[in-house]
Amino acid sequence: MKALLILLASLTALRRNVMRSALTTLGIVIGVGAVIAMMEIGNGSSAAIQKTIASMGANTLMIFPGAAASGGISFGAGSTMTLTPEDSAAILRECPSVRATAPVVRSRNAPLICGNKNWVPNEINGTTPDFLDVRDWGVAEGAAFDERDVRNASRVCLIGQTVVRELFQGQSPVGQELRLQNVALRVVGVLEKKGANMMGRDQDDILIAPWTTIKFRVSGTTTANTATAAAATGTTTTTPRGQLYPGSAQGLYASRSAIQAKNSPMPVRMITVDQIIVSATSAAETQGATSEITSLLHERHHIAEAEVDDFNVRDMAEITKALTSTTVMMTNLLLVVAMISLLVGGVGIMNIMLVSVTERTREIGLRMAVGARGRDILRQFLTEAVMLCLAGGAMGIALGRTTSYLVTTILHWPTLPSLGAIIASVLVSASVGIIFGFYPAWKASRLDPIEALRYE
Amino acid sequence: MNLIDLRDIRKTFYLGEVVLPVLKGITLTIAKGEMVALTGASGSGKSTLMNTLGCLDRPTSGAYLLDGEEVTRLSNDARAQMRNHKMGFVFQNFNLLPRTKAQAQVMMPLLYAGSHISQKEARQRATAMLARVGLADRMDHQPSQLSGGQQQRVALARALINHPPLLLADEPTGNLDSQTTREVLALFKQLNEQDGITILIVTHDPKVAATCRRVIRMADGLIEADELTPGGPS
Repeated sequence: MKALLILLASLTALRRNVMRSALTTLGIVIGVGAVIAMMEIGNGSSAAIQKTIASMGANTLMIFPGAAASGGISFGAGSTMTLTPEDSAAILRECPSVRATAPVVRSRNAPLICGNKNWVPNEINGTTPDFLDVRDWGVAEGAAFDERDVRNASRVCLIGQTVVRELFQGQSPVGQELRLQNVALRVVGVLEKKGANMMGRDQDDILIAPWTTIKFRVSGTTTANTATAAAATGTTTTTPRGQLYPGSAQGLYASRSAIQAKNSPMPVRMITVDQIIVSATSAAETQGATSEITSLLHERHHIAEAEVDDFNVRDMAEITKALTSTTVMMTNLLLVVAMISLLVGGVGIMNIMLVSVTERTREIGLRMAVGARGRDILRQFLTEAVMLCLAGGAMGIALGRTTSYLVTTILHWPTLPSLGAIIASVLVSASVGIIFGFYPAWKASRLDPIEALRYE
Repeated sequence: MNLIDLRDIRKTFYLGEVVLPVLKGITLTIAKGEMVALTGASGSGKSTLMNTLGCLDRPTSGAYLLDGEEVTRLSNDARAQMRNHKMGFVFQNFNLLPRTKAQAQVMMPLLYAGSHISQKEARQRATAMLARVGLADRMDHQPSQLSGGQQQRVALARALINHPPLLLADEPTGNLDSQTTREVLALFKQLNEQDGITILIVTHDPKVAATCRRVIRMADGLIEADELTPGGPS
């Protein structure tokens, strides 16, 4: 009630001199407007820069299988095969900081043959269509393979620009066939040019196929396929091209009887992948995603507290650091500019409040004579200053939003509305009102009522 | 019972090296319901005495009992509350807030009253008080739209909004012509007689002083004469 009355009294006082109040707030209006506009433009640019850096893999995490050790000798990273495609699916399903995952099966570098040309690409990866999403990689021509191709181990592939150049020389490769270790793969699409990575390695020198195709048709490392392949070499009727999906070749042998199975148990091997790549929701979330993945895989792989992990999660710490420092620098820059403009606005408020206190000395004396205490006067002038600043802040928000809208429509700069900037500028303009309104208000509250009443 | 009880009030100003005694030992009592004029030449100390009575200033020594309460030792905040509850001020130059409606002017002291009054009740009280001083039809007028006498009546309504027992008027008719002076003085008299408000008027004007039953004349920081005026209406 009392607060409302003080608010009303302040409003009345401000309304008595509308023009001056309006001009006083102009400093804050421009200050807050500049902050909002710059925050939005800066955010837009920052988001654009972040997206560029993120496409370099700032929010990418890689999960590798752990090391096997025997007799005290470690065989190094990747010497056990513990990651499964189901792990990949589970990470996507259960880790909230994860945007996309893709299992990767690598093939040893083998020549690709097309017509009379051959070429050994840097990387031959078997994966899912999500790979492109994780790596933020588009398809320039044709289309990516889909989930059904992965399920069916279809003989399809995507190739990078370097492979196109080396094997097809200007012709469109889409629809053509190339051979990888005697498996014919149909090219369904060409990847966009990505250039070299940070180590100078050509990223376009790549072939991507469904992981099932690479694992079961090309590398053929499961027991069933090894057996089939071994058998295939002995028979003339079956060509490698005719290799079928695991299990479909079982008919070549008489199935083992129950007694045989008991006598020589064969361990059931899980289908494993060489690597899982994960994209976190943002570069800042990579830490969270790492811990979520670690605890999920502990659970899935039944790893107790004291045991050694059978996997490693790695992030692109260097790129993430660059990204974070860019963002921090940008924010600091804006903060400095904002502080300066609000300081200027605040000094304007202080100046006018001092003038107002002098001009209204008799009013202050009168209020004291009718029973206002020092703190009532202080509160009233402080309220006036804060209201001026808040009104200025509100107008500044409108001005800033309009400016950033105009910048977007006329100059086509990217902008991003920032709720944080709006909240911050409201808080800051209120604080400017309190900080710069305090001295005049304090001065008013310390006036001697007798002299104030007699002031001419 | 005495509303005002001054005992040997002394006030000395120290202007650098110069020591300036303004009140040199004033002892005075004013009973409830009195209407007193305080006169004296310029520099006789009547303004200082008025400030002391109005709890705006502290005496250098002496005791001041207002409504039975010693006020010279009170804190600034407590004296502000005293001013709010126990007295109303009327000034020579009215001291109205510029560009503010009469009703809002009158409501202003309620803002500083300790008790919580709803906005609606405050407005009702202000309306009633303005009607009491004969300005029921000037509720929404600003000071610039009012005559001198009307402005002083708005100031009077403001002084009385908290129903104080004491009204201190400092040259209330100094800026008014003789016709409005008579009207305002009649209003004072009415308030004194009907509502029992104790009124102290500081004035130069012998005609104004003559309307009061008791006249205190000051000279050189002391009370020179304190007499009842037989001519003044009782």
